[in-house]
Amino acid sequence: MNREEKYGWLLVSPYVGFFLLISAFPIIFSFILVFMRWNMLSPMKFIGLQNFVTLFQDPLFWKALSNTLLFLAIHIPLQIVLALIISALLNNPSLFGKSFFRGAFFLPVVISGVVVTILWKQLYSTETGLLNNLLLSMGFGKVPWLTSPKIAMPAIAIMATWKNLGLYVVILLAGLQNIPRSLYEAASIDGANKITQFFRITLPMVNPTLIMVIILSTIGGFSLFIEPYIMTGGGPLNSTLSANLYIYQQAFSFYKMGYAATLGFTMAGIIFAVVALQRKFFEREI
Amino acid sequence: MRRKILITLSYLLLFALALTFIYPFLWMVSATFKPEVEIQSANLIPSQVSLKSYQAVFEKIPIGRAFLNSVFVSTCVTILVLVFSSVVGYALAHLRFRGREIIFSVMLFTMMIPFQVTLIPMYVLMVKLGWVNTYMALIVPAMISVFGIFLFRQFYKSIPTDLIEAARLDGCHELYIIFRIIWPNTIPALVTVGILTFMNIWNDVLWPIIVIRDPELMTMPQMVALFAAGGRAEAQMGTILASATMLALPVVIMYLFFQRHFIESMATSGMKG
Repeated sequence: MNREEKYGWLLVSPYVGFFLLISAFPIIFSFILVFMRWNMLSPMKFIGLQNFVTLFQDPLFWKALSNTLLFLAIHIPLQIVLALIISALLNNPSLFGKSFFRGAFFLPVVISGVVVTILWKQLYSTETGLLNNLLLSMGFGKVPWLTSPKIAMPAIAIMATWKNLGLYVVILLAGLQNIPRSLYEAASIDGANKITQFFRITLPMVNPTLIMVIILSTIGGFSLFIEPYIMTGGGPLNSTLSANLYIYQQAFSFYKMGYAATLGFTMAGIIFAVVALQRKFFEREI
Repeated sequence: MRRKILITLSYLLLFALALTFIYPFLWMVSATFKPEVEIQSANLIPSQVSLKSYQAVFEKIPIGRAFLNSVFVSTCVTILVLVFSSVVGYALAHLRFRGREIIFSVMLFTMMIPFQVTLIPMYVLMVKLGWVNTYMALIVPAMISVFGIFLFRQFYKSIPTDLIEAARLDGCHELYIIFRIIWPNTIPALVTVGILTFMNIWNDVLWPIIVIRDPELMTMPQMVALFAAGGRAEAQMGTILASATMLALPVVIMYLFFQRHFIESMATSGMKG
């Protein structure tokens, strides 16, 4: 073994140790747990595929999955459209105060989700919330933001969009700035108006960035946890029970470790499938 | 003329949007200084400044202790991540050894695994190691960051091999090369990884909720989240908002100083807080 070989392994050894303990072991152990019944007190019991049978027949799992998908179905399109509009407005070289605007949109991104959720819990409060006060003063009625099973999840999706929008604005802005000005100049000479330019030049050129934004917000959306945990505890009528909140409850309220691991594996599979589908439908060759 | 109207409109729109992002935070901070009866008002200026809400936070929860816990854990993790990630990143960038490419692919693979898969076994591991309700559970699983390794590797690749060869000929140890020659020349990389790591650990709440039950060891987000989720929130809105303001303050101060670093590093990495 020569010197470089020796030092190479020596220097990456912290990662190797970390990998074995924090990645390899948990993944293998999780896979074993999928076939087990275990409450951490009595010995593990092998039950074959029983956990998956339970999962398919578990109405709360399907509820949590559909809640999470509803969240994504509102959150992602809203996020993309708003982020596109704002980044297009900011992508004006002569815009005055650009860093102020960018900094403002980015503020909720760096602040803890706990803070944002507490703040919005007040804004959404039916009787005393600022939003309903505003609606009342404009002559509308009160909206039961967090107390109606129909509205609670969309309300959380709006809040999550507000929290993360700045990140996607900044990512898209970087993508927009990479588009050569000459493309737009050539299009103007050919008589294409701004709207045509947006659909024929801007959208196709930022497609890779857009895909990244969609995938990142999908993965982020599937990890929805602290927002319903603080705001609603999963209610009303389980309408904001997210997949992760359900896994958390199964594992740490009921100590069904085998079943919780099965839920985790299944959700990971679903995340992979959703991301693969998104790539298939939205990825374009330029 | 039409152009002027469009420009004015886009400024108005941007201002209105920026306001919806800033106003709620301003309102929150102002609400914490208002007497309880005024909190529901949309007004930003309290009729009289009251510190009752903050007093109540200190009376109801051990927030000072939680703050110190958070500072301790976030600082330890940030230092460990900087040290370990740069060492591993350096080896991947500048040392040729068998298995290097395999390690690199393994890292790529682990980055793709959703944390839902490893959450339960990680908790079991903490139980078996006896780390539940200890700082170890908060620090050890976070002390190596694959993202940090990637970023350092990327930065270090741009450092000329000649420089490193020359240092070796002078008899410098590899660790000396990393910490005394490369570190001083790659401050932006350290700032980027440092800021993102500190912010992520400071804001992390799911993992502490799982491994820490002892109030003496709780981090700040966990303590504030449990305070806000339990009990009657409406009755003590000012207190809860005050605890949230205190939780947000350290990161906001960092953000005011390093805004450009925050934005650029998160935009390039696509990483989320």
